[in-house]
Amino acid sequence: MKDILLKVTDLHAKIEDKEILRGIDLEIHPGEVHAIMGPNGSGKSTLSSVLAGNPAFTVTGGSVDFHGMDLLSLSPEDRSHEGLFLSFQYPVEIPGVSMVNFMRAAVNAKRKYFNEPPLGAGDFLKLMRQKRAIVELDNKLASRSVNEGFSGGEKKRNEIFQMAVLEPRLSILDETDSGLDIDALRVVAGGVNQLKTSQNATVVITHYQRLLDYIKPDFVHVLYKGRIVRTGGPELALELEEKGYDWIKEEEK
Amino acid sequence: MSKASEQYLELYRAHRDAIDAHGAPAMNALRQGAAEALRRAGGFQEKGDEGYEKTSVDGMFAPDYGVNINRVDMPADVSASFRCGVPNLSTLLAVVVNDRFVPSSTLLKNIPEGLTVCSLAQACREMPDLVMKYYGQAADISDPSVALNTMFAQDGVFIHVGKGVRSERAVQLVDIFSSSTPLMAARRVLVAAEENSHVAILKCDHTQGDEARCMSSEVVEIFAARGARVEWYDIEESNASTSRRHQLFARQAEGSELHICGATLTNGTTRNDFRIDVDGEHAVTGLGAMAIGSGDQHIDNSSVIRHAADRGRSNQLLKYVLDDCATGAFEGSIEVCHGARFVEAYQSNRNILASKGARMHTKPQLLIYNDDVKCSHGATTGQLDQNALFYMRTRGIPEDEARRMLMQAFMVDVIDSITLEPLRDRLRHMVDRRFAGETAGCRDCKSSC
Amino acid sequence: MNNDKIDKNNPGQTSPADPKPHDGNRSLQDSRSSDADLLKEAAESDYKYGFVSDIDTDIIPVGLSEEIVRLISAKKGEPEWMLDFRLRAYRYWLTLTPPKWGHLRMPEIDFQAISYYAAPVKKEGPKSLDEVDPELLKTFDRLGIPLQEQKQLSGMAVDAVMDSVSVKTTHKEALAEKGIIFCSISEAIKDYPDLIKKYLGSVVSYKDNFYAALNSAVFSDGSFVYIPKGVRCPMELSTYFRINASGTGQFERTLIVADDDSYVSYLEGCTAPMRDENQLHAAIVEIVVEDRAEVKYSTVQNWYAGDKDGRGGIYNLVTKRGLCRGDYSKLSWTQVETGSAITWKYPSCVLAGEGSVGEFYSVALTRNYQQADTGTKMIHLGRNTRSTIVSKGISAGFSENSYRGLVKVTPAADGARNYTQCDSLLLGSDCGAHTFPYIDVMNPTAIVEHEATTSKISEDQIFYCNQRGIPTEEAVGLIVNGYAKEVMNKLPMEFAVEAQKLLQISLEGSVG
Repeated sequence: MKDILLKVTDLHAKIEDKEILRGIDLEIHPGEVHAIMGPNGSGKSTLSSVLAGNPAFTVTGGSVDFHGMDLLSLSPEDRSHEGLFLSFQYPVEIPGVSMVNFMRAAVNAKRKYFNEPPLGAGDFLKLMRQKRAIVELDNKLASRSVNEGFSGGEKKRNEIFQMAVLEPRLSILDETDSGLDIDALRVVAGGVNQLKTSQNATVVITHYQRLLDYIKPDFVHVLYKGRIVRTGGPELALELEEKGYDWIKEEEK
Repeated sequence: MSKASEQYLELYRAHRDAIDAHGAPAMNALRQGAAEALRRAGGFQEKGDEGYEKTSVDGMFAPDYGVNINRVDMPADVSASFRCGVPNLSTLLAVVVNDRFVPSSTLLKNIPEGLTVCSLAQACREMPDLVMKYYGQAADISDPSVALNTMFAQDGVFIHVGKGVRSERAVQLVDIFSSSTPLMAARRVLVAAEENSHVAILKCDHTQGDEARCMSSEVVEIFAARGARVEWYDIEESNASTSRRHQLFARQAEGSELHICGATLTNGTTRNDFRIDVDGEHAVTGLGAMAIGSGDQHIDNSSVIRHAADRGRSNQLLKYVLDDCATGAFEGSIEVCHGARFVEAYQSNRNILASKGARMHTKPQLLIYNDDVKCSHGATTGQLDQNALFYMRTRGIPEDEARRMLMQAFMVDVIDSITLEPLRDRLRHMVDRRFAGETAGCRDCKSSC
Repeated sequence: MNNDKIDKNNPGQTSPADPKPHDGNRSLQDSRSSDADLLKEAAESDYKYGFVSDIDTDIIPVGLSEEIVRLISAKKGEPEWMLDFRLRAYRYWLTLTPPKWGHLRMPEIDFQAISYYAAPVKKEGPKSLDEVDPELLKTFDRLGIPLQEQKQLSGMAVDAVMDSVSVKTTHKEALAEKGIIFCSISEAIKDYPDLIKKYLGSVVSYKDNFYAALNSAVFSDGSFVYIPKGVRCPMELSTYFRINASGTGQFERTLIVADDDSYVSYLEGCTAPMRDENQLHAAIVEIVVEDRAEVKYSTVQNWYAGDKDGRGGIYNLVTKRGLCRGDYSKLSWTQVETGSAITWKYPSCVLAGEGSVGEFYSVALTRNYQQADTGTKMIHLGRNTRSTIVSKGISAGFSENSYRGLVKVTPAADGARNYTQCDSLLLGSDCGAHTFPYIDVMNPTAIVEHEATTSKISEDQIFYCNQRGIPTEEAVGLIVNGYAKEVMNKLPMEFAVEAQKLLQISLEGSVG
């Protein structure tokens, strides 16, 4: 049997007083690509937020095992160090914090976590250069504030760039295709595919099949009303594309 | 009559002759009028007075401070032990010990033709007409703190930039409190920039040791003549036992530019007033200020920018980050006089409260007497952006560090308003260290201040 | 900021040496000079409520003393406890001086030169007590407030107050069926002493300020509203205030209590005759909002504003405050202020209940020599309390228009939020527009935002309208109404139309 990278068991979560996740079960192994699809408001983004540890959500039940660790007991930063990466649907703008300082803080915090010395300035800049090439990110963006004034496409490329730098074991791409034109989509998907290895895994959260033409999933899950109601192969995504979500809603009534 | 003003009036009456004897003619000439003004005022502003909601100036002056009327000498080599260095910036340095002007050897050696940086008392003796033309002309003597300062000021700094002179090097003033007993120093700075001249002035305030309470009464007068450009940077890094009553008065003639940036990093109780009269057309005014407060720091800034002429442009940006039990206050006015057309004036005040005990009081004001204007102000008080904080944590940046980075980032636009790049870098570094909880201190500084 | 921007917007500007700065642009100059004419015309535009009614009035002698306070109380046949209340307030008032902090030039008011009680005399004859003098009915008819049974406005109950007394309250019976009390405060003192004793002065103490103390001593009439638990008031309640007699002041007192889960929308309108003298109007409005209750309080204030030279007009010095005592209670103030020579009022919300909400929407228009210093206070005491302030000032002529507001977040008010937006529009270069916000934050979980802008009416917008064939004066009306819309939309429908018309009339000619 293959190692389990992520095992979500009966996960429940709420925001304020509203229950959004009502018992999620999900198992992911290294080397796999999972797609999570579903209509608006089904809880897709909540699932990614809860896994990343967004304090706005409260977990009310269930457990999450991340390569042998109790994920839910970790702070957001330790989840990151342990190899969880979330590409935000709406990357946050942070005026006044330059991309360089931001990434240096992130890289060195991770190194400190693993008792490694901080990266020297030269090595760090070299790393940035290398990783930028993966998503064809403009050098100029590095001197700007984090996501501030970036176009939609630049923001998403910036997310994948950060993913490349942090080399996560599990990447969750939350609606990474939203707001992208076809060229940007190709670049972003190309970046994700380059970063794929047999040791890491990817979760693609999307509303449309379109992204899955570029990032081929091994499994497709349909999330509806806070539960995974269908799991299948890539063909399930095509079926959804053709028939929409109404038949799922119908069946789940 | 408040006790605080009574004690100074008493001191003045008793030592009038000594004050004059150790003073200088142009300064002596205003003393009696100042004493009468203080008597008329009957005391300093109390907490709760209009414009003084959170700060009692009377309370600041109330302790029994000594005044060095007889000008007992301080160690002469003090300039050697204080070098508030700014990397990559060569400056014309002078030190003000309590209220005494001490030029550095570099200053005397490198001062360019047409620029005067000297002791105010010396200037009074050597060029009385020039000093008289400006001294006391901008400061409002009816304000009790100005009156007090004028009564006791015996020395200070005189900076004169001749017509068309553009000083490549910045003038740097290092203000040091050094006293083993409680001391009030009446500090005075007079800056006159003649037509089309340019000067940048850096000032930093320090208190040596922390056994004695110090009170800085400081009046700065800046005159920017037609087309002149004056930059004024003022960083306070004093300590908890220091009070600072700082009042800056500026007058701007046609086409002049004045850029002010103040930073309060460490202090006890501070009240800064900025009063800028834009008398000439096409003048540009920038006022930036930041305050970082923790412990029991008290930081109160007040600004009035008064546009009396057409086409003035002013921009104010004031930011506070307050932690622990620090108190911040800001009161700022934009005034556009009747008949002053096409004025654009903006003011922004943004504050972050980082703890339960921190307090912020804000009172931005617009007083507009003309319709052809574009004026606005905005004020917010809140906390760090929680989304940004989470985003940074998902990238592995620990919460404390993420907070610190966001606080630094919060101050970035104030720092960016500084045009001298080396100073900008230096201040950024000082702010970083301040947020990291280290006393920023100064590079090369042998004393801990 | 960049220089280009200025120049683009003011293409007519030339060097200072040029004696005629606007010569460079003919059309601009034309519009300016015609604006100036229109501004002059503005002064002559009519105040249509300026008539005097010929009604016999019982006026007590001028002056203020303990005897006068006793006389007022006696005329109203009040119980002993009410007289005590008045006397306490009067004695406290003697220790006070009028506040000076407003951005107002207010002449000293001679409080001994005012008569503190004036009431229309009921005609002799064997008429029923309820019957109202036809002259009075006519007066209110002319004001658009019919009081006769057959003409009464449906969907709105009115309490009509002339000088010092309430002359008629309509729809009383229909409201009583739901347990709603809507009557004059004089009646309430007699009929509901327990409620009055409990609530009168509980939100605005007589110690609050100079005018509050004065009002508490001499108040004559006003309205009392009580909405019982769980009741939604089925119609708008309204009080119409009219000053008629000369040489008097009006000191009305309104008290609204909304019990748990209730709702009421209350409107207030005011007018007065045109007189050369200044008349004093010093009112108190108190509102108590219990758990989950909601009160909407709307004012269209159109007291006589004085003539074009600033002679006469009402001094409107008012203390209005609501206490959101209950959890999740809500109080919303909406005011359209176009009248009065001097306005000094700050309808406020004390947000004590958890999750309680305070709102303040204001349009204040001043012209000629009017002065307004108005705004609000939002005091956040409870957790998760929210407040919104939207203030739109419009100044024309030689008027002074100030916004003054306090937002205070106390240490216990975790999660408090405030948003304030305060805009001033200047029509003409001789008026003033000022903004004085006071913001005190003592809690790190609070978010308080304040934005304010001051500008003249956009020449681009006027030009755009002109190009589409809309004359400047009309364009200004359109633009100002658009500017005020956010606030006007908060008024109940019947009032919104009225208020819009009022704004239009007040604007007539006030073009800049």
